[in-house]
Amino acid sequence: MVSFKKFLTAAALACGVVTSAQAADITGAGATFPYPIYAKWAEEYKKVAKVGLNYQSIGSSGGIRQIRAKTVTFGGTDAPLSGADLEKDGMVQFPTVLGGVVPIVNLDGFKPGEMRLTGPVLAEIFMGSIAKWNDPKIVALNPSKKLPDQAITVVHRADGSGTTFIFTDYLNEVSKPWADKVGKGASVKWPAASSVGGKGNEGVAANVSRVKGSIGYVEFAYAKKNKIPHTQLENRNGLFIEPDDTTFAAAAANADWFSVPGMGISLVNQRGTKAWPITGATFVLMYKNPADKAASNEALKFFDWSFKNGKKMAEELDYVALPDSLIKAITERVWKDIAR
Amino acid sequence: MNSSASDSGLLDQKRLDVVRRQRLQDFLFHKVTLSFSLLVLAALAGILISLIITAWPAFKKFGLEFIWRIEWDIVNEEFGAAIAIFGTVVSSGIALLIAVPLSFGIALFLTETCPVWLRRPLGTAVELLAAVPSIIYGMFGLFIFAPLFAEYGQPAMQSTLGQMPLIGPLFGGAMNGIGILAAGLILAFMILPFIAAVMRDVFEIVPPILRESAYGVGCTTWEVVRYVVLPYTQQGVIGGIMLGLGRALGETMAVTFVIGNSQRISSSLFAPGSSIASTLANEFGEADDFHLSTLFALGFLLFVITFVVLAFAKILIIRTERAKGTKT
Repeated sequence: MVSFKKFLTAAALACGVVTSAQAADITGAGATFPYPIYAKWAEEYKKVAKVGLNYQSIGSSGGIRQIRAKTVTFGGTDAPLSGADLEKDGMVQFPTVLGGVVPIVNLDGFKPGEMRLTGPVLAEIFMGSIAKWNDPKIVALNPSKKLPDQAITVVHRADGSGTTFIFTDYLNEVSKPWADKVGKGASVKWPAASSVGGKGNEGVAANVSRVKGSIGYVEFAYAKKNKIPHTQLENRNGLFIEPDDTTFAAAAANADWFSVPGMGISLVNQRGTKAWPITGATFVLMYKNPADKAASNEALKFFDWSFKNGKKMAEELDYVALPDSLIKAITERVWKDIAR
Repeated sequence: MNSSASDSGLLDQKRLDVVRRQRLQDFLFHKVTLSFSLLVLAALAGILISLIITAWPAFKKFGLEFIWRIEWDIVNEEFGAAIAIFGTVVSSGIALLIAVPLSFGIALFLTETCPVWLRRPLGTAVELLAAVPSIIYGMFGLFIFAPLFAEYGQPAMQSTLGQMPLIGPLFGGAMNGIGILAAGLILAFMILPFIAAVMRDVFEIVPPILRESAYGVGCTTWEVVRYVVLPYTQQGVIGGIMLGLGRALGETMAVTFVIGNSQRISSSLFAPGSSIASTLANEFGEADDFHLSTLFALGFLLFVITFVVLAFAKILIIRTERAKGTKT
C-alpha cells in the first residue's frame, strides 16, 4: 500500500514525463536551445540503438527543477550551475554543443553582415541611451553607410531563456553601465524605453522582420533561416567578425574548460583573432549516484554516440560540435564520477 | 372477499417496495450530485490554498505593497504587480469598450430587425467566431493585424485622436502595431461572440406579448428595445458582459502575442506592456525559487480580480432587482 502511494505521488509529480515515456526511452528535460540537435541525434540514434529519447524542452530552470526532483535522467541548462550547487546536489555537468547568438537588424540598405557594432555600443542601444540609428557612435563605426534619422526599437525575448542569458552575459562583460544597471540572467529588466518583447526566437525574429528600425538578438540558425540581416561585432582582439560556425568554434578553442568546477565557464568575449564574441555552450546535468543506473548508462551511451557520430548533424543545424580533445576530456574525466 | 383483500395487501406491499426503492434511488442520486458539486468547491479551495502557500514568500517580503509596486526586476529580485495589473485591466477595459456596443448592435439586429432567412447564418457565424482557438487570434494579431495597424490604423489615430486635449497622449509614441491597444482590440474580437450570443439569447426570451403590445401602442424599434427588452433582460445582459470580461482578464496566448511584453507602464496606449496572464506564460519556464513565488502571487491576484469582478456583477444584479421590486 505504501509503495502504491509512493508510486502515485511519483506519477503525479512526473506527470507527463512518466506516462509519455516508453519504458526503454531515455528521459531528459530542460533548455530549448539544444532541442533541435538533441531531437536530430535521437532520431538517428534510435535507428542504430533502438532506444529513443524523450526530451522535453521546457527551459533551463525547468530542466534544473526536473533533475532535482529526479523525474528525468538528465537535465539540460544553458546557464551552468555553480560548482557549489553541483556539489550539494551530487551532480556532474558537461557541455554538449556550442552555438552563437547574433544581433539582427531591420534597417533599409543593410544586408546581412553589413552593419558593424561594438559591444559597448550594442549595450548602449539595448539600454536606450543610443536611441536613433544616426547616432554619432553608430555612424563612426559605419562610415561608408548612410544611416537614417530613425528611432531604434529594441526587441528582446519576453520569456526567460538561455539565449538571453548568453546575450546579457556578453553585455555584462563588455559594458560597465550595463553591468551596473541591468546585469545578466535568463530574463532581465530591459531598460530601453522602446523595448518590445517577443516570445521565443521565432517571436523575436518575427518582430524584428516586421518593425522597421528594430534590433534584436537570436540564435544564429534563426537569423539564417529567416534571412534577417545580422551584424558584425568587434571581438576582444579588436577585429570585426562575422558569425558562423568557424568563428563560434574559434571562441571555444582557447577556453580552459576545467578552470571552473562543473565546466561552467563563460564563452563570451573570448580572445582569438577569429572568435565570435557572443558564443555559448549548453550543458547537461546528471547524478553521480543515479537512482536508476541502467537509465543513466543509457543516457551516457546516447551522448557518447552523439559526440562521435553527430558532428555533421550539428553543423547542418548551425550548431558547433565540441572539439575532439574536449570530448575526450568529458568522457574520461567527467563521466568517471558517474556510478555505472 | 377474503382473497381479494389479501390481494390488495400484496399490492400495497409491492407498491411499498417500489416506493422504498425509488426513495433509495432519490437519496443516492441526491448524495452523488451533492458530492459532485462539493468536488468543485473542494477544487476551488484547493487551488486557492496552494496558490497562497506558494505565493507566500512574495507576500511576506513585499507585503500588500506588492499590489501597487511598479517594478519587475528579475535579476535583483525586486517585484511588484502594478505593471501587470495595469496591463490586464486596461487591455480588458478597451476590449469591453469596443465589444459591448458592437455585440449589443449585433444582438439587436439579429432579434429585432434581421430578416428571418438571414438570422440563422448570421447567428452561426457569430458563434463560430467563439470557437476559434485563442492562439489563432494571437497569430492573426501579430502577423496580419499588427503590421496593418502600424501602417494605417495607428497613424490615423495619432493624427486625429492624438491631437485632442486630455486624451491626446494616449495615442502618442512609437507606432509598432503591437502594444496594449492592439491587445485590447484583439481581445474585443475574442469576447465579442460570447457577449453577442448571450445577448441574443436573452433578447429572444422576452415574451412576444410584451414586445407586440409595445409595438401596438406605437413604439419605435429603439423604444421597444430601450423600455421593454433591455429592462426585461438586464440581468442576462450584465451576465453576458461579465462572461466576456472574465475571458478577457484571463486570456493568455493571444495577449502574449500582441501586447509587446515589456514590463513598463506608459502613458500611451500604443506602448507595449504586459498582462498578468502574459507575464505568467512568458516567465514560468525559466523562473526559480523566489521569482516563481512572485509569479504565483500574480496568479493569486488574477484570481482575486476575477472574483471581485464577478462579485461586483452579482451585487449589481441584486441591486437592480431590489430597485425593481422583483426581489426583496
